[in-house]
Amino acid sequence: MNTPVAPPTGANSLRTGPNERGRFGEFGGRFVAETLMPLILEVERAYNAAKADPGFDADLKHHLTHYVGRPSPLWFAERLTKHLGGAKVYFKRDELNHTGSHKANNCMGQILLARRMGKTRIIAETGAGQHGVATATMCALFGLPCTVYMGATDVERQAPNVFRMKLLGAEVKAVTSGPATLKDAMNEAMRDWVANVTDTYYLIGTVAGPHPYPMMVRDFQSVIGEEAKVQMQEAEGRLPDAAVACIGGGSNAMGLFHPFLDDTSVRLIGVEAGGHGIETKEHAASLTGGRPGVLHGNRTYLLQDDDGQILEGHSISAGLDYPGIGPEHSWLHDIGRVEYVSATDQEALAAFQLCTRTEGIIPALEPAHALAYVTKLAPTMDKDQIILMNLCGRGDKDIFAVAEHLGVKL
Amino acid sequence: MSRIAAKFAELKRQGRGALIPFLEAWDPDQATSMALLRGMPEAGADLIEIGMPFTDPMADGPIIQAAGKRGLAAGVKVRDVLTMVRAFRVADNETPVVLMGYLNPILSYGPERFCVDAAAAGVDGLIIVDLPTEEADLLLPFSNANGLDFIRLIAPTTDDERLPHVLNGSSGFVYYVSITGITGTRSASAEHLAAAIPRIRKATDLPIAIGFGVRTPEQAGSASRIADAAVVASALIDTLSANLDPNGKALSGAVEKVLDQVRGLAAAVRGHTSAQTDGAIAR
Repeated sequence: MNTPVAPPTGANSLRTGPNERGRFGEFGGRFVAETLMPLILEVERAYNAAKADPGFDADLKHHLTHYVGRPSPLWFAERLTKHLGGAKVYFKRDELNHTGSHKANNCMGQILLARRMGKTRIIAETGAGQHGVATATMCALFGLPCTVYMGATDVERQAPNVFRMKLLGAEVKAVTSGPATLKDAMNEAMRDWVANVTDTYYLIGTVAGPHPYPMMVRDFQSVIGEEAKVQMQEAEGRLPDAAVACIGGGSNAMGLFHPFLDDTSVRLIGVEAGGHGIETKEHAASLTGGRPGVLHGNRTYLLQDDDGQILEGHSISAGLDYPGIGPEHSWLHDIGRVEYVSATDQEALAAFQLCTRTEGIIPALEPAHALAYVTKLAPTMDKDQIILMNLCGRGDKDIFAVAEHLGVKL
Repeated sequence: MSRIAAKFAELKRQGRGALIPFLEAWDPDQATSMALLRGMPEAGADLIEIGMPFTDPMADGPIIQAAGKRGLAAGVKVRDVLTMVRAFRVADNETPVVLMGYLNPILSYGPERFCVDAAAAGVDGLIIVDLPTEEADLLLPFSNANGLDFIRLIAPTTDDERLPHVLNGSSGFVYYVSITGITGTRSASAEHLAAAIPRIRKATDLPIAIGFGVRTPEQAGSASRIADAAVVASALIDTLSANLDPNGKALSGAVEKVLDQVRGLAAAVRGHTSAQTDGAIAR
């Protein structure tokens, strides 16, 4: 049974956002230049029409099942559970998706929308390269030209993914402005979009950006939580006690959490990138170490200085070092529904190795942050309790970076 | 009457459009940008636009990005931009000054406090690139209460149906972003402007300024006649950045070179050159 659970519509539901202005509480919105405003409104209209069209849903399901490879399995990590000596740990195996991460869920949804809108060129930003690879893949599948913006720093530390994108036929543009990471790639993608308004679709990779992107990307990623909910029932006959996911922009976490928002028995825990440690200021933990502001089209928690200038995020993971976070996370943080914690580079590296050796799964450095927190949380819980963790990406792309951190020459 | 309204009324009597040169605050340092600001009215600026540096200027091309980066490296803060205007107002109480920037530094400063302090410093209008009409209620009550014009941007993508919505509650002048693109990259064609400006005129009585892609005296002269004002930014910053030493310090004569360029632009706007090539905005 993979039938998604129908979202509740009651007034007490936490799943009804955003409002008509694209706000989750005071977060979100549409803070873009006037040149882009009509385009954003067009995307919103097109997405709402697609959502109401059973044909679109059927097309998406077909592609998710037969191309992306959904549903992804739910795996009881038995050896890891024994090692930690506490709650049972389950992995939602989104690293088994085509292209190796949860990014495929969103890319498939948006590319079908872009085709429906008659757009003939796709642009995207990428940090670790996972979203860039997923976008380049869908573009190859549908024969659309693709340009991926990637910070020059990330181009260097994610060379395998850069090569994959090029193999897939995408043009990879290295962005040298600012600290040359994900936020700068997003700036440059927006500049491209402003200059190519008629034919180009901007395929944003996370639950950030102007409305309707945070909502749309969340909807496409919610397949993760919908499936997991059903699979947990099958495996254990009940919901988990805690669901854990890593957060950069926050799309895999939003996809896991959203279907559980109204299930108050389930603790929801987002793990931000603690970098060298929150106290060092070299981190990417927007909720733990930032304050609300406006960047990339939405109002959300941001890493910024006293004068509102955006600070550089730091993480061992190129997919997490974004100075912002999706606006729905900011809201869930402020109302207290989701707990947000952080894991450092070193903790993530340790979890990366633990997962590889106990479960035979090389995780991406991003979910290694989630796992780092799970290794702290599980031992504090009873053995009959359950933790569900989203293993949102595989770590092949990271082996070079990890080798370097471990002092191994390849 | 506000300084902006008074200026456009005066120019209407003179039968010409306005030149609005741009400078980035503290590019490359406080003294240089202050000298540029002070020198601009005498060089022929009718209004002046001051850019407020931001780390992530999404609507700007490489030239203005670099200018903002230099300003930030020099240590400029929001309050320093206001201080510049206050210092300028000691000797000039007529030339309208408009601040152009992005929302986050203003939010961080506090929208209400910013509008109070900006008005007190002698600022006349605000252009906030990433604050479209849909989100304007974040600032509009405070700009209105303090007599600051909240200048709206109109783009080629703004269709007839959307125009009245975007212009609702606007004041000062209307800024027409003449290309779909970022600053300092390309220029609009004469045909495009000849169609676009009358379309906007039907929707507003406010003066219309053309910006993005106005670089040469010919283009400025032409834009100021097709519309009511021409904004020149990247071309002036190009000149300034070409006159910096390897450490980013302004070479002697740098300010004069930029002001000379303003004089050339002003002459064209005032119709004093042979370049009366109406309509030839771009090549």
